[in-house]
Amino acid sequence: MIRLEHVSKVYKTSTRPALDDVSVEMDKGEFVFLIGPSGSGKSTFLRLLLREEVPTRGRVYVSNFDVAKMSRRRVPRLRQSIGCVFQDFRLLPSKTVAENVAFALEVIGKPRNTIVKVVPEVLQLVGLDGKADRFPTELSGGEQQRVAIARAFVNRPLVLIADEPTGNLDPDTSQDIMLLLERINRTGTTVIMATHDHSIVDSMRRRVVELSFGKVVRDDARGVYGVGR
Amino acid sequence: MRTSFVFSEVITGLRRNVTMTIAMILTTAISLFLLGGGLLVVRTIDKMQANYQGKLEVSIVLTNDVSANDKDCAQQPCAGLRSELETTSGIDSVIFENRDKGYERFKQIFESQPELLKLARPEAIPATFRVKLADPERTDVIVQAFTGKPGVKSIDDQSKFLQRFFDALNGVRDFVLLMALIVGIASVLLISNTIQLSAFTRRTEVGIMRLVGATRWYTQLPFLIEAVVTGLVGALGGVALLAGLKAAFLGRVSGSLTESGIVPNIGYLDILVYAAPWMFLVAIMISAVTGYVTLRLYVRL
Repeated sequence: MIRLEHVSKVYKTSTRPALDDVSVEMDKGEFVFLIGPSGSGKSTFLRLLLREEVPTRGRVYVSNFDVAKMSRRRVPRLRQSIGCVFQDFRLLPSKTVAENVAFALEVIGKPRNTIVKVVPEVLQLVGLDGKADRFPTELSGGEQQRVAIARAFVNRPLVLIADEPTGNLDPDTSQDIMLLLERINRTGTTVIMATHDHSIVDSMRRRVVELSFGKVVRDDARGVYGVGR
Repeated sequence: MRTSFVFSEVITGLRRNVTMTIAMILTTAISLFLLGGGLLVVRTIDKMQANYQGKLEVSIVLTNDVSANDKDCAQQPCAGLRSELETTSGIDSVIFENRDKGYERFKQIFESQPELLKLARPEAIPATFRVKLADPERTDVIVQAFTGKPGVKSIDDQSKFLQRFFDALNGVRDFVLLMALIVGIASVLLISNTIQLSAFTRRTEVGIMRLVGATRWYTQLPFLIEAVVTGLVGALGGVALLAGLKAAFLGRVSGSLTESGIVPNIGYLDILVYAAPWMFLVAIMISAVTGYVTLRLYVRL
């Protein structure tokens, strides 16, 4: 599903590589935590999968895409098969909940009748079926993140990337969001989540890949956050 | 491609930067108005050239002596001059006009001004050769060959006068087109700036669009169409300005000139046929190219 082979990434402005000879493989339907301190290369890892960045060395495969080598023209196809959720939600304040979700389908040219069918479905999945016409500012942080997850999932991506999705949320709300991500994972979607949250990683007991100074220092099939430290 | 989506994006984009949009439209309109004005001057020159083509003559004015004594051009030096003219290559026709005929023509021309006619006497009118050339550009040859010959008093080259008029019109044209270029540069910079501003105010949307896998066309087309729409509205404004100028100003000023047939009349049809298509074409090209280059170079979408 996802495979990195000896991937290194050196930014022009930095002397130290952001990623240093990283080789990881993730299977379809896996739930993977990506942990490590700030600057350990988590964001670079995720950006490489999205082809926001191109590796300096090595190869990146997502599904059938040879991400590092593919032409710019095909990048939208890759991104249509990856959903993204961020710490800061990134919703459009001028659009309602339903419009925010629909936007993701509109801009990739999905027909109107598909959109009106799948948007309510996905809102129900994330537990926001009563709030379709609310604006993001009228929602709590947890609800806003649910909208973001709905938007990321509405096109049924193969992979869901979550970059510290609970970073702005209180522990209880974070638990709810994790339950939602688990539910999405159970539909067969690979979930990769970068996080600093010990308690979440410890309670989930899923695969943990730990990065430190751009290297993979740990890869546990059922890991916890703080082992060996 | 969902056209409704693209167009709603265009409209919100234009509304959001309404002051910039207005500035963009106004400068584009003025620039294109000047361009159109320049094109109409070109059109005037062309029309005039066509009008005078084949009508221009070189008049070889004969001396008083010849004018008084040789009514039929039968004696020297008049007969010699005539045969020499007729054998010169590039000459279409030579008409000898003696003093009496010259006076007749003078009377015709100034029919409406009897006080002038009263003052003029036949003795004041010289006999002339009126020479038409196959190629009106080559009047210099005649002027050079016949100046100073016995019996020739002076040579009057109509094209020289017309040339001065054309020079003035060409000057006006160059000036107007230069102004069009200068304002055009301002308009290009404004378009480029507005697109950057537009892209900046919509960076969240564009970021999301990129992330969910919208193609470049989808993310960039609204900005490009925004530029082209303002260009088109500007062109429309420019044409309206030209028509307004024609209606309010040009018609009155040039009225006497055009009635006398010296300067051809420039009508609404000329604006529509000779200026407007170019103005629209230039507007579309410039705004599209500016938009594309701006998006390519300055906006990372």
